[in-house]
Amino acid sequence: MTATPPLPRLTPESDFYWTGGAAGELRILRCRDCRHYAHPPTPLCRSCGSDDLAPEAVSGRGTVWTFTISYQQLLPSLATPYVVGIVELDEQSDLHVTTRLVDVDPDDVAVGMPVEVRFERHDEVYLPLFAPVAQ
Amino acid sequence: MTAKYEDRVVISGVGRSDIGRRLGRSELDLAVQASRDAIRDSGLSPADIDGIIAWPGETPAPSGFTGPAALRVSDALALGPLTYHGAWTEGASQLAGLMAACHAVASGAARHVLVFRSTCEASGQGGGGRSSAHPVDTGGITGHLQWLRPFGAVSAAHWMALMGTRYVHDYGLRPEQLGWVAVNARAHAGLTPYAVYRDPITIDDYLASRIITSPFRLYDCDVPADAAIAFVISAAETAPDLPNPVGVEAIGAAFDGRPYWDQFRHSTDMAAHAAARHLWSRTDLTLDDVDVANLYDGFSFITLCWLEALGFCGPGEAGSYVEGRHNIRLGAKIPLNTGGGQLSGGRVHAHSLLYESCLQVRGECAERQVPGAEVALTSAGAGPLGGTLLVTKAR
Ligand SMILES: [Zn+2]
Repeated sequence: MTATPPLPRLTPESDFYWTGGAAGELRILRCRDCRHYAHPPTPLCRSCGSDDLAPEAVSGRGTVWTFTISYQQLLPSLATPYVVGIVELDEQSDLHVTTRLVDVDPDDVAVGMPVEVRFERHDEVYLPLFAPVAQ
Repeated sequence: MTAKYEDRVVISGVGRSDIGRRLGRSELDLAVQASRDAIRDSGLSPADIDGIIAWPGETPAPSGFTGPAALRVSDALALGPLTYHGAWTEGASQLAGLMAACHAVASGAARHVLVFRSTCEASGQGGGGRSSAHPVDTGGITGHLQWLRPFGAVSAAHWMALMGTRYVHDYGLRPEQLGWVAVNARAHAGLTPYAVYRDPITIDDYLASRIITSPFRLYDCDVPADAAIAFVISAAETAPDLPNPVGVEAIGAAFDGRPYWDQFRHSTDMAAHAAARHLWSRTDLTLDDVDVANLYDGFSFITLCWLEALGFCGPGEAGSYVEGRHNIRLGAKIPLNTGGGQLSGGRVHAHSLLYESCLQVRGECAERQVPGAEVALTSAGAGPLGGTLLVTKAR
């Protein structure tokens, strides 16, 4: 596909998430006091109230918490069917990111499937996508 | 139950425009038609109206979604001066504007407030099939949509289907259970002259319909429409002089969880539960007193969530509850979505559901009338936003 998907604007609120892929890193905001991860990012830690948060690289591994296989052509940039998933990252039980699940037959996707990050580059934006962990 | 603000208001009038797939009319035109209908129905004159509220008001959105600003409708109806006006782009569900009208009247800030929802979503999709074009894409997405749209999660269908898949995982919901919500809506739409789709469907038709985004099939998704619905909210002390007042017994409202569509921790922890608890805490009535329910069905799965949240059945039991229509058809103890809901009636973002609830307690539903209906339950919203109302026959 040649068309570009809808892309985020790089802002101080979240640019680390979208550009970490340049270094091969998935970066999530983390509290430096209680070590709680905060996603989507917030200026204060929702766990302890601290305002001392900074992006940190995570392992990029997680499991599929849920998914949906989309059959309707809604975007010129995405061939159907495609799989949207919510991945629970290994670092924290409530650390969920929405993504696209790739390099997998849609019919083989299952809740609980181990996945790992890979990045799809669109100029300075690197979309974190996830694929099954290599056996 | 101690005095509550809901006791100080009534729904004095209800109105609707023509409703259809592509009417070739403007959202303003439809809003004005519904508003005139509601004012006429209330027994008031336009000069009596001193407030107006739009949901959601004019904000950047896909073509046909928002409807006109409150001020434009006020201008078209030559209302004024107004002591209260606004639009509710935020709030506890799509009925937040109606709730705000109740708050305004109960507080004394206004006496008769017009509330409307007008949409041309059917025409807005044009002739080129479904599109997900959204103005937020221009210049890069900010806000909550940045976490969804870049990955193809561009439709509310995706967001709710993600929860639907998790619910299937948690509770074993089967397609031949979920499908009864759509079959039921269509059966009731057949008795509703202004419903968009009225030809009956069977559970086999449902199972044969194409999957939009798993686990949702075509019939799990509501129908974009060109339509407007309006209400007049009036001070309760004016009700004895008005022809059609409907009581507002209780309003439940909630913003719960984080303001995102992908940050739930359980497949049923949507704000519906908090809104339902709020509702039942504000009334001595219980579900046993409810005669008819019109619950949000933007997607059939949302209706299951509301059934569980409001106490019709326990967690994970809604699939069994709707299966076979035994508990939800006209003639059941609490018939569900008697006007065809949004699945068959057309999407007017819960305003059509409340419209049906009002007509039911007024006894004006002809073939689909629930005999002796005095208490009607309505709900709106999904995800982090929930709103629910109990309306009653005037006493
Ligand atoms: Zn902290």
